[in-house]
Amino acid sequence: MSAAIEIKNVTKSYGALTVLDDISLDIADGEFIVFLGPSGCGKSTLLRMIAGLEAVNAGEIHLGGKRIDTMAPGQRGVAMVFQSYALYPHMTIAQNMAFGLENIKLERSEIDRRVKDAATILEIDHLLDRKPAKLSGGQRQRVAIGRAIVKEPTAFLFDEPLSNLDAALRGRTRLELAQLHQRLGSTMVFVTHDQVEAMTLADRIVIMHEKKIEQIGTPMEIYQRPATRFVAEFVGSPSMSILPASNITSGKQGAIIDVQGAGKIETHVVLPKGFKSSGAAIGIRAEDTRVVAADEAGLALKVVVVERLGDRTLLYGKLGDGSDLIVEDSGRSAVAAGDTVRVGIDPDALHIFDGDGRAYHHGEA
Amino acid sequence: MAESYRRSSWKNLLFVAPYLTVFLALLVFPLFWGMWLSLNKVDLFGGSQFIGLKNYARVLNDPIFAQAVRNTLLFVAVSVPTLVALGLFLALALNKASRGSAFLRGLFFSSSILSVTIVTLIWRIVFIPGDGLMAVIFEAFGWQPIGFLSTKGWSLFSVGVATVWWCVGLPMMLFLAALQQIPKDLYEAAALDNSNKWRVLTRITLPSIKSTIMLVAIIQIVLQFQLFGQAQLMTNGGPAGSSRPIVMYIYEAGFIRWEVGMGAAASEILFLIILIAAMFQYWLTTRKGEA
Repeated sequence: MSAAIEIKNVTKSYGALTVLDDISLDIADGEFIVFLGPSGCGKSTLLRMIAGLEAVNAGEIHLGGKRIDTMAPGQRGVAMVFQSYALYPHMTIAQNMAFGLENIKLERSEIDRRVKDAATILEIDHLLDRKPAKLSGGQRQRVAIGRAIVKEPTAFLFDEPLSNLDAALRGRTRLELAQLHQRLGSTMVFVTHDQVEAMTLADRIVIMHEKKIEQIGTPMEIYQRPATRFVAEFVGSPSMSILPASNITSGKQGAIIDVQGAGKIETHVVLPKGFKSSGAAIGIRAEDTRVVAADEAGLALKVVVVERLGDRTLLYGKLGDGSDLIVEDSGRSAVAAGDTVRVGIDPDALHIFDGDGRAYHHGEA
Repeated sequence: MAESYRRSSWKNLLFVAPYLTVFLALLVFPLFWGMWLSLNKVDLFGGSQFIGLKNYARVLNDPIFAQAVRNTLLFVAVSVPTLVALGLFLALALNKASRGSAFLRGLFFSSSILSVTIVTLIWRIVFIPGDGLMAVIFEAFGWQPIGFLSTKGWSLFSVGVATVWWCVGLPMMLFLAALQQIPKDLYEAAALDNSNKWRVLTRITLPSIKSTIMLVAIIQIVLQFQLFGQAQLMTNGGPAGSSRPIVMYIYEAGFIRWEVGMGAAASEILFLIILIAAMFQYWLTTRKGEA
């Protein structure tokens, strides 16, 4: 059975407050999709609407060709892993996993088989007789995933499931989730505000911002060709540097931006006719910059802070017009705070945003 | 650092001294004095004479005491489960954020703040023959009137009804507090687990508030064994002692017949009964939890 999810013009509001405004989204069968956005952007609400824990005010949600937004949560064929895990505290791990199967009156032998299989996959078979209170955070997390697996759902829903784990465990669990997805091949919808989780897990990322979908794309599309200034600034670490670019002239190869008191930035971004330059900005990722010799073309940067990360060094500095720029240098960088360096920028990797925040990249008409 | 704490520790006692004084004077001292009294023949206005366990022998051989114990046990056996069940039912029904629920919560709790005299007055008006509410209702339906306060069997029942009405507020509030402690996502997980309402109640809600159910049961056992005011004011223990509880027996022994030693002995027996009942209840609930 297909497990494609179609979200059609879905709207959600609490009284006068709209939290999701006319959302449409197609999720393919077997796809791992991540809803990424800042707190309060509506990503969890959208997930909970697929689960049936929030009512849909307008629009429809379909799963495997069937309309599900009018069904009870348990009827939809989805399983959810909660941020808090929501394990039943008075039941053993085995009972926790079996509860949903008992409710649909599955045969005991089948229940036992599924619980055992899931426990083996997740390496929690030695915990089956314990209560959740006796388990560590990571073990509880596995039980919560196990409780979802035994239901053999059409789609898995994850609501920030890694946010309560420590950093090391989070990294490992992330990897295991990716393997689980490969093994099961089920459709998975994953909500997070952590861009590393989104980048590493997703087939496609849905970036949400202020009630709307800002961009849908593969992790690399999102990273390299952000559709808007919001996406560009939200994704990537360190954040993209944004410089004002009111002084734009269109060249043959691409636009040239004059940053006051710092120099010219040549780009390979060809802007369309009628581009509104008022409020425009240019976005530069640290890895697309480099420190060049003093006689080469580039911008003069006064370094304020030097951040040594071992394999690379980040230089936080100010340009002549006072705007901030982050530059990446090698791990052996000799630059110190207070130095002035010359910065070269890869003209192919620049992003130009118009006054409305729409992004333009190299290689676009 | 630790050394200086230890040296100054006696000063810490000053902070608890006010409470400790009251606790020792009004609780610990009477507890042991009561035990001592129960071993003496005491006249309230005269001296006392040590007589060993004779008071206990007299109390235990007194058929009126035996009747009072039977009445009290029956009363507790019926009223405590009723209070737990009704309190739980009201809490489950009113555990909503609506204005109507808030009003009804207040209404059901309001009876708890009344004094026993007001409560019994209200229920006398309900049960009294002739002009009472029940009498009027029975008459309207053309049924044979029942002397609720003056018929054997009915009198203790009537005291029980008044007691449940008076006492149900606290169990309801304790259950409501416990219900609101249950994380909402457990119910969401149960909804995704296809659980029907009955399974949610029996597998999620009740196990989650098990310790509160035990607490309410023990509080009510201890409280209802001490039944006195309602029986005294509604039926005066009658007819023929059929609604006389143990505390009323103690009161009559000590303050009507002036046999303080015997009253003290009956009190000690009541103390033991309550202790055993509460312990039994505790054992019962924790044992079930392990199974």
